[in-house]
Amino acid sequence: MESTYILLQHYWWFLVSLLGALLVFLLFVQGGQSLLFTIGKNEIQQKMLLNSTGRKWEFTFTTLVTFGGAFFASFPLFYSTSFGGAYWVWILILLCFVLQAVSYEYQAKKGNLLGKKTYQVFLILNGVLAPVLIGTAVGTFYNGAEFYVDKANLTQIGMPVISSWATPFHGLEAAFVPWNLLLGLAIFFLARILGLLYFINNIADEEIQKRSRKQLLVETILFLVFFLTFLVHLLLQKGFAVNPDVIDPTSGEKQVFLQPNKYLLNLIEMPPVLVTLLVGVVGVLFGIIKTYFSANWNKGIWFAGTGTVFTVLALLLCAGWNHTAYYPSLADMQSSLTLENSSSSFFTLKTMSYVSILIPFVLAYIFYAWRALDLRKINRKEMTENEHLY
Amino acid sequence: MIENIDTSLIDWSRAQFALTAIYHWLFVPLTLGLGIIQAIMETIYYKTGKTFWKTTAQFWMKIFGINFAIGVATGLILEFEFGTNWSNYSWFVGDIFGAPLAIEGVVAFFMEATFIAVMFFGWNKVSKGFHLASTWLTIVGATLSALWILVANAWMQYPAGMTFNPDSVRNEMSDFWAVALSPVAINKFFHTVLSGWIVGGAVVVGISSWYLLKKRNTAFALGSIKIGALFGLTASLLTLWTGDGSAYQVAQKQPMKLAAMEGLYEGGNGIGLVGVGVLNPAKNNYDDAVNPFLFKIELPKMLSFFAERDLNAYVPGISNLIDGGYRTSGGEIALSAQEKIEKGKLAIQALANYRQARKDGNETVALESRATLDENFAYFGYGYIKNPTDLIPPIGLTFYSFRVMVILGGFFILLFLVATIVSYKNNFGNKRWLQWICLWTIPLAYLAGQAGWVVAEVGRQPWAIQDILPTSAAVSKLSTSSVQITFFLFLILFTILLIAELGIMVKTIKKGPASSEE
Repeated sequence: MESTYILLQHYWWFLVSLLGALLVFLLFVQGGQSLLFTIGKNEIQQKMLLNSTGRKWEFTFTTLVTFGGAFFASFPLFYSTSFGGAYWVWILILLCFVLQAVSYEYQAKKGNLLGKKTYQVFLILNGVLAPVLIGTAVGTFYNGAEFYVDKANLTQIGMPVISSWATPFHGLEAAFVPWNLLLGLAIFFLARILGLLYFINNIADEEIQKRSRKQLLVETILFLVFFLTFLVHLLLQKGFAVNPDVIDPTSGEKQVFLQPNKYLLNLIEMPPVLVTLLVGVVGVLFGIIKTYFSANWNKGIWFAGTGTVFTVLALLLCAGWNHTAYYPSLADMQSSLTLENSSSSFFTLKTMSYVSILIPFVLAYIFYAWRALDLRKINRKEMTENEHLY
Repeated sequence: MIENIDTSLIDWSRAQFALTAIYHWLFVPLTLGLGIIQAIMETIYYKTGKTFWKTTAQFWMKIFGINFAIGVATGLILEFEFGTNWSNYSWFVGDIFGAPLAIEGVVAFFMEATFIAVMFFGWNKVSKGFHLASTWLTIVGATLSALWILVANAWMQYPAGMTFNPDSVRNEMSDFWAVALSPVAINKFFHTVLSGWIVGGAVVVGISSWYLLKKRNTAFALGSIKIGALFGLTASLLTLWTGDGSAYQVAQKQPMKLAAMEGLYEGGNGIGLVGVGVLNPAKNNYDDAVNPFLFKIELPKMLSFFAERDLNAYVPGISNLIDGGYRTSGGEIALSAQEKIEKGKLAIQALANYRQARKDGNETVALESRATLDENFAYFGYGYIKNPTDLIPPIGLTFYSFRVMVILGGFFILLFLVATIVSYKNNFGNKRWLQWICLWTIPLAYLAGQAGWVVAEVGRQPWAIQDILPTSAAVSKLSTSSVQITFFLFLILFTILLIAELGIMVKTIKKGPASSEE
């Protein structure tokens, strides 16, 4: 059972990572929103842009919710420690998604109280803040966060809280760690690139296509600066490793220690993950470069999108697999969360694994419905027809 | 220094969760009810080819869409608040509670999110059949979402299918089907979803009545009423049935909640059900001998019947539950609250001893402590309770909310019955009094649903998980001021969005369907 349990923990870290990777790809919706006034120069163009991302926003939203649910179910100690501790970061992320959820539906409708412009500003806020904040939060997987975990606290009747935060800023301090912020900015510019590629694929409008291709260059340069700096630092930095042979006497858990070049070692010791990362990066770059140089090619979103999923998946696997503490504690290293000390029970992981067999079916019908809707591209004419529009 | 959880933190955390849940439940019922109604209308269009039903369905879909967006927004906050504000809870029972949430995401949310886009944007892009399937799959997805979150909620009311693991210091699932198919979960699912159907029926009939009062869009209104009224009637009859099932489960699993619902302080055999009543504000303590009612009308022996299916059965009151000593339906002598608290403290101390013994490598003490823990675990949560009276939920709120829900439930059956008969006799257009009543029933349908949730959630205080974990031990360690700030942030944001939603709804209704006449 022990080895199956370990396998299931790794399987669920893979699924959570996959959901995280899909979420980053789907942030093209946010990237697109942040470009509303950069690409859309008049009302009809803005309407096309909004209706283009507006037909996909629920996928991003649902993936976020499922990511949260899957994390809760498979690694509940992360859910309780991070959400309950890094309170302000998560609240900010949630708030900016709340704004998004209503803004598409409400912005163009009469009687919406705040006026069209306000809802469009909400969409831009969501477009900027969501990728930056999510990226910054994910940065703590590599750079650590300020928390303590002591399960024995449950027996303290007056103060039975297991996880507590070490700073009064409750997560906001993560934004002041430059490497976290760097990842946030890299994801922000990646989302904008994906947004542009999506517009090029989804909207049959010459001006939007042209402007989007042109905008790709500056976004790509900025993305590469932030992403490569983050990546190089990640590969060179010390990482939070788990020693499978030593039990820490205080926590009773396997010892966590700082290991030089841990994440680089993870890639070397897990060649399939390294290949996934490299294929992903190549996919992203190919999607961008070919789109930029081929005026009529609009398939860039699929290459860059798949590349994004591969890249993020590999980076997240690097954070949790191969005896790595995926949520390191800076306040008390032995409080760090590992796949082993934070996962659900064997029974729960096994039960949920049966449910996960449904995931390919879910992906299949999403693909089918997406294709059916996107067979006809968005154009100016459609924006004037009397049907459900944002 | 011994640290203590600030009670104001617990109160504000509860207030924030309640606020989010109340707002969320303003939008979800309409999604559940209207989703089915619009799918029925589109099915008629699919079968008959009459464009009247297409435009009718499309109009209700507009209303559905406006309502849906804000439901999604509040739902997101609700899901994550389990982590942000109830972190101890998330670890202590995450092994069980998380699974339904994950399944909800994989099975239900994606179905809803995928097909709602086809439903709204696919009219001219996909075939009629695919579109109809998408409309149905949207509401199937929404209903499945409700199923899994209600399974999770039911588990909090009646924890089943788990064992406590002292090594991981949490409850772990041991029987998935005991969680998913517990009688409380099944009843809760049907009762809650059906109450949403009532809201759907009430909104369709109410808004259509407004058109009739304004003498416009008559054919659209009468057509919608025929479907909405029959749907509402079916839903309200089924809600009555599942409501009885829910009350029976409460009697079996949460006797203190039942006592609060009835304002029952002194139990006994052959207890009557309070039909209407006014509580006595002078009653301050459960044992102060003050009559709890200023006035009440009872249905003799009916509480015993509903609680135990026996007119003369014993039903414990609040005093009995606190003082113990009565014989339970299982034949055992009930423990007093104080005895339960002591057993709870024993369990918590045994857990501490067990962990220390394991650390010291003392297996004998570990085994003994484990045995003590297992023996007393059923009362684990009581160990955190300071005072026996802390186990009494707010009586007034629970009592009156229950009556509001039940009385309105009866009213809905009557109204939908009349509306169905009159509309199928083609007389609805002439009955202005009925149109007015239907219009004013819209807020009442929402009120009934909210009252139901107040009974379910306030009535089970102080428990986050019945008998296992009180809210005081479930809360996140935050500063009270942080939670106060987010409470007001959410309050302001949700209220603004609600006003915006209502504004858009009113404009859309005033504009009316694209073309309603055949």
